[in-house]
Amino acid sequence: MDATLLSPRRIFQRALARLGQGLDGPLLAITALLVVIGLAALYSASNETTGRINAQLVNLAVALGAMWVMAQIPPQTLMRLAVPAYVLCLALLVAVALFGDIVNGARRWLHVGVTRIQPSEAMKLALPLMLAWYFQRNESMLRLRDFAIAAVLLALPVLLIARQPDLGTAVLVGAVGFYVIFFAGIGWKILVGLGILGLASLAPLWGMLHDYQRQRVLTLLDPAQDPLGAGYHTIQSTIAVGSGGITGKGWLAGTQTHLEFVPERHTDFIFAVYSEEFGLIGNLVLLGVYLALIARGLLIAANAPTFFARLLAAAITLMFFTYAFVNMGMVSGILPVVGVPLPFISYGGTALVTLFMGIGILLSVHRHRKLVQT
Amino acid sequence: MRGIEIRDHERELHNFQLRVGFASFVVLLAFALLAARFFYLQVVQHATYASKAEDNRIAIVPIAPNRGLILDRNGVVLARNFSAYTLEIFPAKVKDPERTIGELSELVGIQAKDRARFRKLLAETRNAESLPIRTRLSDEEVARFAANRFRFPGVEIKARLFRQYPHGELASHLIGYIGRINTRDQEKLAKLGVEANYRGTDFIGKSGLEASYQQELHGSTGFEQVEIDAAGRGIRTLARTPAQAGNNVTLTVDIKLQQIAETAFGARRGALVAIEPSSGGVLAFVSKPGFDPNLFVDGIDPQSWAELNSSPDRPLNNRAIAGLYPPGSTFKPFMAMAALETGKRHFKSAINDPGYFEFGGRRFRDSKAGGHGYVDLHKSIVVSSDTFYYQLANDMGIDAIAGFIGRFGFGSKSGIDLEGEAVGVLPSPEWKQRRFASPEQKKWYAGETISIGIGQGYNAYTPMQLALAMATLAANGDMYRPRLVSHIDNLRTGERRHIEPVLQQRLALKPENVEFVKRAMADVNKEGTGARSFGSAQYTSGGKTGTAQVIGIKQGEKYDENKINERHRDHSLFIVFAPLQAPRIALMVIVENGGFGARAAAPIARTVLDYYLLGKVPGVLPGPLPADEDDKEGD
Repeated sequence: MDATLLSPRRIFQRALARLGQGLDGPLLAITALLVVIGLAALYSASNETTGRINAQLVNLAVALGAMWVMAQIPPQTLMRLAVPAYVLCLALLVAVALFGDIVNGARRWLHVGVTRIQPSEAMKLALPLMLAWYFQRNESMLRLRDFAIAAVLLALPVLLIARQPDLGTAVLVGAVGFYVIFFAGIGWKILVGLGILGLASLAPLWGMLHDYQRQRVLTLLDPAQDPLGAGYHTIQSTIAVGSGGITGKGWLAGTQTHLEFVPERHTDFIFAVYSEEFGLIGNLVLLGVYLALIARGLLIAANAPTFFARLLAAAITLMFFTYAFVNMGMVSGILPVVGVPLPFISYGGTALVTLFMGIGILLSVHRHRKLVQT
Repeated sequence: MRGIEIRDHERELHNFQLRVGFASFVVLLAFALLAARFFYLQVVQHATYASKAEDNRIAIVPIAPNRGLILDRNGVVLARNFSAYTLEIFPAKVKDPERTIGELSELVGIQAKDRARFRKLLAETRNAESLPIRTRLSDEEVARFAANRFRFPGVEIKARLFRQYPHGELASHLIGYIGRINTRDQEKLAKLGVEANYRGTDFIGKSGLEASYQQELHGSTGFEQVEIDAAGRGIRTLARTPAQAGNNVTLTVDIKLQQIAETAFGARRGALVAIEPSSGGVLAFVSKPGFDPNLFVDGIDPQSWAELNSSPDRPLNNRAIAGLYPPGSTFKPFMAMAALETGKRHFKSAINDPGYFEFGGRRFRDSKAGGHGYVDLHKSIVVSSDTFYYQLANDMGIDAIAGFIGRFGFGSKSGIDLEGEAVGVLPSPEWKQRRFASPEQKKWYAGETISIGIGQGYNAYTPMQLALAMATLAANGDMYRPRLVSHIDNLRTGERRHIEPVLQQRLALKPENVEFVKRAMADVNKEGTGARSFGSAQYTSGGKTGTAQVIGIKQGEKYDENKINERHRDHSLFIVFAPLQAPRIALMVIVENGGFGARAAAPIARTVLDYYLLGKVPGVLPGPLPADEDDKEGD
């Protein structure tokens, strides 16, 4: 026994190497970069206090654990989990609709013993799992009927979440489900037809929206209309972004942020903080990092051995894109304010765990790319 | 077979890659759009936004709207606003509020009451910007503080609007009061999703109309975009959207009538509700004693609060909608209607009243010893024969009674536009089943039905329910939902919204039966138990006296008013409508512990009706009538 081999440092290094065995380096590096950017922005948004940083580090630890666990599960096992996960999440969503707690006018949370859970969050992964499983099962002969069934599987949770109401999550769940259907090969003509149908249904949809949701849409068109309420967010975040200029005001020097003009600056509007302090250059860098994440994810998907794994990986990757696009779009004032965080950057544990579990699935797909014989 | 599969796989893979390519294209396009937007904001418009953010920091200051007024049917103001200076402390900016208050008290008068209120507000309110330590400063006090302002960072003088109730105690339970928005109110506003419209607003309706018409009275918050310098001081106003005052709410209530009714009560406790039968509009709404709602406006001090809460007279209790009383003999006209409509009795049905009704070996006494002799249905109402109704209740059975009586609104909320209405108790076997725990108590005993017939037993209703039942009978079975508001005015648009009468239900009563009961009630006031109060009236009316027992009297024991503690004396009730043809008013009065119904309650009703129908303002207060031998002849 060589003493140096047993030094704590060596043990740690070996353990780390074993933990990371077979995991995709580039994907991990990109994610780490986003996390670092996020912590820097969070520190600034918290007026240079460390309370939220510490809390976010705890969130990260949990999220990394969840990611690691997901990365260990081979896609075949995930397939077996698809149906139970989907059914469980759907049942919980129904339970939320019936017995959920109302927080800020929306029924999103469910009491389970001592803690509260938000089933809509888990649906972001359970739905693509389910749809990918369904398409894999009927792989060689996908017909219109299969796409119709998939649409129903998609619509059920989306409608339940939308009427909680939680528009942000409904958009994300709807998008990730749509991506699976898209990659499964739904006909272009049907897609175009659905697009036209979607546009035509805007008017009746308007009637179904809650007042505050309508207000958000109206406020998007003219934020000045409601500067105390919904428009306030957009006005202030747009000022923050615009005043950042090309190079930004510098880290910890954003006035909009530090004078507390930017609302929800730790969570959904953290991009305003980042953008004010790092400017256009910072924004383009961030877009670049997200592009790298998406490119890596799509590459993993394209190299995946099974239909299931391909669909799952591609849909989850595009979900990351949706998070980023919707969030930056709303902060910069081109999309309505819906509750969608900036992925890997916004403060908050729930979203972080889901996102890292998504990364974990990508890692698993990548790791098992050669283990399955076709 | 295998070849086809492989080909499928290849095609599938190819198809997938094609779609990945398409998706990548969309992603690039979307990010290009974002990049373009960033370019637009951060390069093209940078100068604009930079100046907005750095040179001119814009603060958005909410402007609280003026609260709408509450007016009586003739436009008399019942709740209004006035402007006054308040001295306010910003808790977040003051390290040691107690010390600051101590120093402030050298400049302006601060009493122990003010300190107690401040502490209470501090404990109750969360996220409050500033809290008042003194309200209604005099000009001199304002000047003195202004000169010393530099010594007090985090303390400011503000001009604020206050609510004022010019009539004080009058109609206090009806109008209600406003108070500071507390944590619970905030949660409620958050649930309604209207917090934004309450930015800058400190007060909210807490009871009465102030609470139930909160949304109408509040208005919408305006805002000012104020340029502030680096220190956060305002430099100039950039844009201003004025607040829109709340709507004015005009009542159906006549405050003069209300005043006459309340004065008629004097110091006695009780309630009075007067309704227009043809519309449900409430004309007077009395709950005595009242309280001064002005006490609540800038946060009630703990001492006044304790006094109001611990008083045995319970002045904060809204007796008119939340007080529950047995109706006593005012129940009889409705029992008579039930008897006629269900066919259990007809116009000529008569009994011989020996002064008691015997059931299961127990004697149910009549209030007149020896009884009324020959009593038919008509006379049963006029002289208020208990024996007649004991027997009737026994014949009908509890299910038939509850089924019919409930249709008049007994035992259900009247739907009046106030919060906190009680349901009351319409006794039935089902009710007992729900109400009690032990199987022994859950059972309905036939003997219990007997006293239900004379409005005693488990019967317990609100004055509002009795008034509504009276109004419904007066309107020949048309039940309009009682309402307090006649119309709502939007001052900005000049739009006036009338609150239309709501016909809740139309009881299918036979006109000849209604006519019969009304005629009997008319004779009550002409020659029966109501005659001493209404015999001389210059208009026709129909009434019914009632006396509700507060404590049970043992069999054979005699009720002697003088020997009983005042609070255990019977309640005095009276219901009345007038005139007989096309009634314009239906009314219910209860005087707590007022004794015999004809003595305390009926004179108050007469005074109110005299004013409403004849415009007669009483010269002397209608005190209770002196005791009289007649009183013993039933109630």
